[in-house]
Amino acid sequence: MRVRACGESAVLLELDDLESALAWHDALHAHPEVDEAVLGARTVLLRGEPTRLRSLVHRTAAPAPADRPRAREHRLEVRYDGPDLAQVADLTGLSPDEVVRAHTATSWTVAFGGFAPGFAYLVGGDARLQVPRLATPRSRVPRGAVGLAGAFSGVYPRESPGGWQLIGTTDAVLFDVDRDPPALLAPGDTVRFVPAPPHPPADRDDVAPKRSDAGPQRHGQRGGEGA
Amino acid sequence: MSRRVVRPGALTLVEDDGRPGLAGQGVGPSGAFDRRALHQARTLVGDDGTTTAVLEVLGGGLVLEATAVHLVAVTGAVGPVLVDGVTVDHGRAVRLQVGQQLVVAPFDVGLRAYVSVAGGVDAPATLGSRSADVLARLGPDAVAAGDLLDVGDPAAAPPLLPPVPSLLTPGVTTVEVVLGPRDDWFTTAALGTLLGTGWTVSERSDRIGVRLDGPPLERAVEGELASEPCVRGSVQVTSAGLPVVLGPDHPVTGGYPVVGVVTASGVDRLAQARPGDVVRFRRTTR
Repeated sequence: MRVRACGESAVLLELDDLESALAWHDALHAHPEVDEAVLGARTVLLRGEPTRLRSLVHRTAAPAPADRPRAREHRLEVRYDGPDLAQVADLTGLSPDEVVRAHTATSWTVAFGGFAPGFAYLVGGDARLQVPRLATPRSRVPRGAVGLAGAFSGVYPRESPGGWQLIGTTDAVLFDVDRDPPALLAPGDTVRFVPAPPHPPADRDDVAPKRSDAGPQRHGQRGGEGA
Repeated sequence: MSRRVVRPGALTLVEDDGRPGLAGQGVGPSGAFDRRALHQARTLVGDDGTTTAVLEVLGGGLVLEATAVHLVAVTGAVGPVLVDGVTVDHGRAVRLQVGQQLVVAPFDVGLRAYVSVAGGVDAPATLGSRSADVLARLGPDAVAAGDLLDVGDPAAAPPLLPPVPSLLTPGVTTVEVVLGPRDDWFTTAALGTLLGTGWTVSERSDRIGVRLDGPPLERAVEGELASEPCVRGSVQVTSAGLPVVLGPDHPVTGGYPVVGVVTASGVDRLAQARPGDVVRFRRTTR
């Protein structure tokens, strides 16, 4: 672990991997000297007074990347109708059905956000699904498009430009300014993609919380979890 | 209580203190680019210590018409300010009568002026802020001709304060930078170039980042950086080796190495740097 300078009001912790970064994020995000903790692929940005933050980090025992009790599991139904599904099959040497099975067979982990409000970089999926970005990004990717790029999968929270290979579409609402928190996916959460039934029922729930008590949460009830 | 937009100028946005603390939701800080000018504009109309919104006017050319009596002030970039054709002071509160037109003409110095009105611009808030974020597409749309801007309730007796001076000066903008987090991704020679070059502000600069043209900075570490969080003022170095200083609407994470971070007061001054202006970095260890 290394503390890197990041201007007059933050420091950047550099870790070996996402698991360690998640553990440090969990350990420090609610500390009174931390104004905000933000996760990267293997970094944690801590906002606050740099000297105090360095001292805080140095007197904190390295947290174990162990169980994360607050992590939630999301089940996102996907219609595997993406325009790049056949190309992903060609690139990976799989059939389109095998691509779908690979994408749905294992859980993905929310690594970090960026690109757009509510967008989450998902990691830890089937290693066979690594494909390059499109050589020429699309100027319009529809809301809910499910894509692959490098080792990542992700869902476009709204219509935007984008260069990921699109394999499907979900109706899940990834970002909603009237929801608290607005982003559906938080770092450390897991995502399981599920093939949508041919005719989805109207009352289908996009999120099936793992814990029985994890119902709708109101403002201030998130147990101090970092934004 | 409202004001009518007669002409919006090149780009006029509603801005306040922005949306700090939401980077984990993928939402950047946004807010006024020149925060010092935002606070001056509020102070002049008696809204000191509030979170009221103002108009951030890019380049000038804004014309507003009062549909009620309003106390207004213009700070930041300096150019002619007129009420019904009569020049009034920049940086001083002025009372607009019903039907009077306020003209914020194109600027002589600086790029962004801030127009406050006692009580603040009362646009709908998104995630606790009225700021327009041009990258995240959150907050109010840019103002357009014919818009009626609602105004909040002003304080009972707004103080008429003495004018505030503009500290903007034409010429080279020098800003302080703290090296890191990724200064070790660049050669010693590149760090010397960063600190020794008069960089030219590119036409492609906006609230997401101030792009600088000059000699490319040589990397000591090749390869791609795993995406990491960045902050307002982060000096990203693109694959072409050129610096981009991130503004208020920056993405919350980025894959370009950040060679240094400009101080808050430096970012305020970069908000006023026009395309073609020269920017220099001075190292600080604060």
